[in-house]
Amino acid sequence: MSLLRSLLRQRSAALALGVVALLVLLAVAAPLISWATGNSPTAFHGEAVDPALGGLPRGAAGGISAEHWLGVEPVNGRDVLARVVHGAQVSLLIAVLATALSVLLGTALGLLAGFFGGWADTLIGRSMDLLMSFPSLIFMIALIAAAPGVDRRLLLVVVLGFFGWPYVGRIVRGQAMVLARGEFVAAARVLGASRRALLLREVLPNLTGPVLVVATMSIPGCVATEAGLSFLGVGVRPPTPSWGQMIATAVPWYATDPAYFLIPGVFLFVTVLAFNVLGDAVRDALDPRSRR
Amino acid sequence: MTLLTVRDLRVSFGGARAVDGLDLDLEPGRVLGVVGESGSGKSVTSLAVLGLLQGAEVGGSIRFDGSELTELPVRRLRALRGRRIAMIFQDPLSCLNPYYSVAFQIAEAYRAHHRASRRAAHRVAVRMLERVGIPEPERRAKAYPHEFSGGMRQRVMIAMALCLEPDLLIADEPTTALDVTVQAQILDLLRQLREEAGTAIMLITHDMGVVAGLADDVVVMRGGRAVERGPVGEVFHRPQEAYTRGLLACVPRIDGPLPRRLPTLEVTA
Amino acid sequence: MIVYLLRRLAVTAVILLVICAATFAVFYLMPADPAQGACGKACSPERLAEIRTTLGLDHPPLVQFRDYLLGLVAGRTYGTGAQAVSCHLPCLGFSFQTDQPVWQLLTARLPVSASIACGAAVLWLLAGVSAGVVSALRRGSLWDRAAMTAALGGASLPVYFTALVLQYLLVVELRVLPYPRVVPLAEDPAGWLQSMVMPWLTLAMLYAGVYARITRGELLESLGHNYVRTARAKGLPEVTVVRRHALRPALMPIVTIFGMDLGALLGGALITESVFGLPGVGKLAADAIAGADQPVILGVTLFAAAFVVLANLLVDLVYAVLDPRVRAVG
Repeated sequence: MSLLRSLLRQRSAALALGVVALLVLLAVAAPLISWATGNSPTAFHGEAVDPALGGLPRGAAGGISAEHWLGVEPVNGRDVLARVVHGAQVSLLIAVLATALSVLLGTALGLLAGFFGGWADTLIGRSMDLLMSFPSLIFMIALIAAAPGVDRRLLLVVVLGFFGWPYVGRIVRGQAMVLARGEFVAAARVLGASRRALLLREVLPNLTGPVLVVATMSIPGCVATEAGLSFLGVGVRPPTPSWGQMIATAVPWYATDPAYFLIPGVFLFVTVLAFNVLGDAVRDALDPRSRR
Repeated sequence: MTLLTVRDLRVSFGGARAVDGLDLDLEPGRVLGVVGESGSGKSVTSLAVLGLLQGAEVGGSIRFDGSELTELPVRRLRALRGRRIAMIFQDPLSCLNPYYSVAFQIAEAYRAHHRASRRAAHRVAVRMLERVGIPEPERRAKAYPHEFSGGMRQRVMIAMALCLEPDLLIADEPTTALDVTVQAQILDLLRQLREEAGTAIMLITHDMGVVAGLADDVVVMRGGRAVERGPVGEVFHRPQEAYTRGLLACVPRIDGPLPRRLPTLEVTA
Repeated sequence: MIVYLLRRLAVTAVILLVICAATFAVFYLMPADPAQGACGKACSPERLAEIRTTLGLDHPPLVQFRDYLLGLVAGRTYGTGAQAVSCHLPCLGFSFQTDQPVWQLLTARLPVSASIACGAAVLWLLAGVSAGVVSALRRGSLWDRAAMTAALGGASLPVYFTALVLQYLLVVELRVLPYPRVVPLAEDPAGWLQSMVMPWLTLAMLYAGVYARITRGELLESLGHNYVRTARAKGLPEVTVVRRHALRPALMPIVTIFGMDLGALLGGALITESVFGLPGVGKLAADAIAGADQPVILGVTLFAAAFVVLANLLVDLVYAVLDPRVRAVG
C-alpha cells in the first residue's frame, strides 16, 4: 500500500497507473461495451462499407460514426471498438498469465539455484544462459506453428512464460545468493530453522520487491511479443480479435484506410508505454539506489 | 604567511549542515592533522578546498596562496588541482581507474599541467614509482591497479599526487584501509617525502595515533566545527576538551595498563 | 588467454548442439509429417513412402538427428542410385517449397538482413548513446526529461506499428520515398539507400530508446566512481574526465548488449523484413513458417542461434581485450 501511495505521488506514474486501470476496465467491460453499443466483435456490417470502393468503410477516418465509434473494418464491416476492447481482453490476459508463469518458474528455479548452489545452480544457471541465447521469436513461431489443434491462447501463455522465466530467474538467483549469506538467515539457521523454513520464511519474503519489479517490467514485453506473434499469424486465431492480428489485417489497407492500423496500433503502443512507465516507477520506489 | 586559510567554512547538502563555521590555518611545509570521528565534516572540508563537492552549498572563505578558491573561475581552479594542491584518498583501489595502467594514470596527471610527450611523461611516472618505493618500477609501471597490493596502490596514489610537486597535499584517511604494518610504511613514506620536498600536508584522519606520528599541528573537529586546536604536543598532553580526551583514550597505549576494552566515544549532542 | 578461448569455444559448441537438438526435436516429433510437406497436396501413397525413404524419415529419431549433424559437418547424400542428390557441407537439407539447398537460401539472403541490421545499428548507436550521454551529464534538465520521455516512447514502439506509420507518412502522405521494393546495392546504390531508410528508422527508433536509457543509467553510475573524483582532483579537463574515466567503463555493458542485439538482428529481423517485404533471413523464416517448410525453419533457427551465440563469444573476447581485470583472469 505504501508502494501505491509512492506511485501516486509521481505524476507520470499516477498517469500510467490510470491508463492501465482504464485498459483493464475496458477489457473487463468488453461484453458490456458490445452490449451498450449493440456491436459484437464478430458481427459483419455490410451496410457500413462501400463495395464500389473495394470495401472501404463509408465515411471519414475509417467509418467513424454514431454506431461505430472507432469505425469499422474494411470489406466485412466489423466494429473496430468492439474488436479493440475484446482484443484488450485477450492481450492483457495472455500477458498477465504469461508473466505469472514466468515469475512462478523464475522464482522457484532462481531460489533453488541461488540458495542451494552446487549442481542445482550449475544446471539451472546453464539452462538460463541457453534459453537466453535462443532465437526465441523464430523458435516460438515454429513451436506454435508446429502444434496444430491446441488452443492458441494457452499455447501463447506457455511459450511466452517459458521463454520469459530466465529473466526473472537471473535476478532471483542473484538476490537469493546474497540473502542466503545474509546475517538474518545465519541467525535463523543458528536458531535451528529447517532449510524449508529458511527458504520460505526468511528468503522468499525478501524477494517480493525485486520480483514485483521484474514482473511489472515483463508485462509490456509479453504484450508486445504476443501482438508480434499475432501479427505474424501465429497468435490468437480469428475470429477472436487481438491487436497484433488487427494490425496485420490492416497492412494491405494502410494507404487507403490508415485509421484501421492506427487505432489498434495506438492502443498497443499506449499499453506498452504505460506498463513501461509503471515498471520504471515501481523500480524507483522499491530500489532507492536506482532513483536518479 | 599561511599557505591555506579557511575562514567560517559552511557546507550543506540540501539543508543538512556538514561543516558549520570552520577555521583552519596551514603554513607552508607544515603538517596539519584534522581529526574527528566519521561524520564530523573533515572529508567534506578537504573536498571543499579542491572544489570537488557536487550538489552542495559552500559558504565562507578558502584562501590558498593569496587567491580565494571559492570565487575562482573553473578553469583556474582546474589549473590549481593536481598542480599546486594534490589529494590522496582513503580507498586506493576504488580511486584508481581499473582500465588504465598505473603509469598512464600518473603520466596523465603530469600531462594535464605540463606540455610533455607521452614518453617523457611515462619516464616521470616511472621515476615517481621508484621514489615511492615500488620495486622494479620499469616493469610495474605497465601493470594495472588490481595487480597491486593495498599498500602498493596507496604508494601509486602518492606518486600520482606528488609528480607535480604540489605545495599542498591533502591526505584523506591515507592509511585507514590498510593493514597496520603497511600503515606504518605509508606514514614513513609521507614523512620522508615531506622532508625531501617540503610539501605542506593536510592530514585528515580519525586516528590520533597517525596524527601523533606525522602532524605538527592538530585541529579536532566535531559536528562540523573545530572544538580544539594547537600544536600536537600541547593538545596531546593537555587536552582541554572532554571530546579530545575521549578521542585520545580510544588509542591503545604501549606504556599503560592493558584495558579490558578500549573506551568508545559517548554520543552526546 | 588461449585456455580461456578454447573453453569458451567448447561452451559455444555445446550450446549450439543443444539448440540444434531442441529444434530438431520440436519439428521431427510433432504430429505434422515432414514427408507430406515435401510431397505437397496431391500425393500418392507410393510417392510418400519413397520420399520418406529418401529423407531418411523411416529411421529412428536419434539416427535422423545423427545424420542431420553429420550432414552439417560433412555433407550428405539423399536417396540412392540415379536419384541421389548430394547436399554439400554444411548441409541443412533442401527446402520443401523450392527444392533449393537451405544453406544457399540462407547465404543468399544474409546480405539483406546484414544491411538492415548494420545500418540500423549505426543509427541507433549514434542517436541512443549520444542522447544518453547528454542526459546523464545534464541530469534533471529539460533536455534530460524530454530525451528520456522520447526514449521510453521509442522503446515502447512495436516495430510493425512504427513501420506502418512511417510508410504511411513518408510514402503516402509526404511522398518523399517510393513504395518499399527490393533494390540490390550493386545495381542502384541510391535506390538501395532509399529502400533501406524505413527499415533502418523503424529498428533504430526502438533500439535508440533502449540504448539511451541504458547509457544514461550506466554513465550516471560511473560518474559516481571514486576514480572519477581522482581524475578531477588531478586537474584533468572535464571533457577528459568524462570521456576517459567515466564513459569508458559505462560503455562496457553497452558493448555486451550491442553484440547480442546485432547478433539477433543478423539472424533475421523477422517482423521488419516481413512488413517491408525485404527478402532477408527473417522473411525467409516467415515464409517458411507459413508454408510449413520444416528444413528451412530448422535451418533459420540454427543460423540465427549461431549468430547470437557467436556474438556472445565475440562480446566476451572484446571484453577480455577491453577490461584488464578480465584479461588477467583469462
